[in-house]
Amino acid sequence: MKRKSIKVEKVLPYSILTVIGVLFLLPLLWVVVASVDPNANSSIKVPSAFTMDNFKSVITDPVNIRAFIIGLLLSLGQGLLVVLVAGLAAYPLSRYQLRYKKPFMFTILFMTSLPITAVMVPVYQLFIYMKLQDSLWGTMFFLTAAGLPYAIWMLKNFMDAVPLELEESAWIDGASVWQGLKRIVAPLMIPGICTVGIFTFSGSWGNFFVPYILIQTPEKLPASVTIYQFFGNFGMVEYGKLAAFSILYTFPAIVLYIFSQRFMSQGFSLGGASKG
Amino acid sequence: MDANPVISPSTAVDGGSASRKKQNRKLLASALFLLPAWLLLLVFFIGPILLTFYFAFTNLSLTGSEAQATQFVGFSNFMNMFQDPNFRISVMKTVVYLLFSAIIGQQVLGFILALLMKEKNPAFRRVIGIIIIAGWVTPEIVVAFCWVAFLNDSGTLNALLQQVGLKPVAWLFTFPMASVIIANIWHGTAFSMLVFQAALDDVPKSIEEAAVVDGASRFQVLYKIVLPMIKGSVVTNMILVTLQTLGVFTLIYAMTGGGPGTSTQTLPIFMYNQAFVNYQLGYGTAISLILLLIGVLVSVLYLKSMKVKV
Repeated sequence: MKRKSIKVEKVLPYSILTVIGVLFLLPLLWVVVASVDPNANSSIKVPSAFTMDNFKSVITDPVNIRAFIIGLLLSLGQGLLVVLVAGLAAYPLSRYQLRYKKPFMFTILFMTSLPITAVMVPVYQLFIYMKLQDSLWGTMFFLTAAGLPYAIWMLKNFMDAVPLELEESAWIDGASVWQGLKRIVAPLMIPGICTVGIFTFSGSWGNFFVPYILIQTPEKLPASVTIYQFFGNFGMVEYGKLAAFSILYTFPAIVLYIFSQRFMSQGFSLGGASKG
Repeated sequence: MDANPVISPSTAVDGGSASRKKQNRKLLASALFLLPAWLLLLVFFIGPILLTFYFAFTNLSLTGSEAQATQFVGFSNFMNMFQDPNFRISVMKTVVYLLFSAIIGQQVLGFILALLMKEKNPAFRRVIGIIIIAGWVTPEIVVAFCWVAFLNDSGTLNALLQQVGLKPVAWLFTFPMASVIIANIWHGTAFSMLVFQAALDDVPKSIEEAAVVDGASRFQVLYKIVLPMIKGSVVTNMILVTLQTLGVFTLIYAMTGGGPGTSTQTLPIFMYNQAFVNYQLGYGTAISLILLLIGVLVSVLYLKSMKVKV
């Protein structure tokens, strides 16, 4: 009797986890299977044949290529800007005793948690005033600003972990503050910089709402918006192509996530991350 | 500065001016380092927030006579809002969405997953972890497609139901709110799972074992020892997940467009419809302000829960 209950206790978690795992897998599995099925519909089924035609037709459409390139440039540009600007800002916050540091860091942390969705209507209005509507540069700058609070917070904490002594010895050798930051601090922070860069890139790569509001010209739309339009126009007919498009669009996010895992060991310990 | 008791007055003055010079240089350097960040935040982050407060009290519009002459209209946007049955519906929808998708759905499922995966076969743990995280890494818009297809009239779920002899259901029309809630749980649970995994790893095994030796049941260990120990993570996670869910637009917009009717019209969708479909930017901004104030309120709770040392 007792042995039986122990057995149940051991098997039960595995069964529950398997059921949850299968339920989580089903919606995702459909995209993968449908993308290589010449006659895909909205339900998972064994493909009637294996084909790469769905991918081919998505990739060979110049409209899609353009949307992917725009999306890449937008996200890469934003990622680089965020890392650069936040890295600079993190330096005095990490190294100097500044009078307004405390309120500044609190404001930054506060900003990281505000929902960006809530400001999109006034941002749209601001873009009209500044004649930035329909501008990819403007969109990139807005996305940069939206990504900055998180990046400053993270990079400041990463920088705190770089010992000051290393920098001081460089100063004694005649290096300036700027050279110290560039040659000593930045190289030691590569993991942190990569983590922040990847998260920022993925965030804007997957962002639909911001370019949907700020960009109007169809030729300027990034992949996140064109995929939505594709869905609206053909989604209910050409499931295979939509699935292929989705996979191509999701691919960078997944690759970068796997890549970021190398740098992130303790990213999710909320207790540990709170130390400023 | 070193405190030297036998320092002569002249050197003390010299040291003072030199350090002041150094201090000024540091101040200048800090200002330069912080300048780009400040400018960007001021123009594109703080600016729009301040504008929200201004536009919410105007009759700003994209079309018609108001588009030319924007006027200050006092609280009339808010008076309209509180009398608008659509606003009340949206608030209720938002509350339901937050409660079931974030607070109950993602939190509870994330915790169950983290708890069950503890000390399991590493390969099994990894496979389940990857499946859950895949839903999280997938961009919101693709998550919406996956679920529209899954819940479609001839989608996977209905095909499965028919296999076991049940009638198909038009999920997105019959249960639109449940559909967008489940899709968001699918997308967001990985975050809570990872947070709780990290938190549970921090609970010393010896404490649990001691309680078991003292005759505590598994449930008692969980309820009286583990949960109180990870309380901080639970609270912080709940706030973060709430904030994230409060801002969800893409998922609902792409899945149901806020419909059918108003059945999935949460505040972000309502805001979008007023501002960009009905062209009432002033009214849309007033809704933004409400959304922002809720966000501010929850963020303050977040700061309090973190107990940060800056």
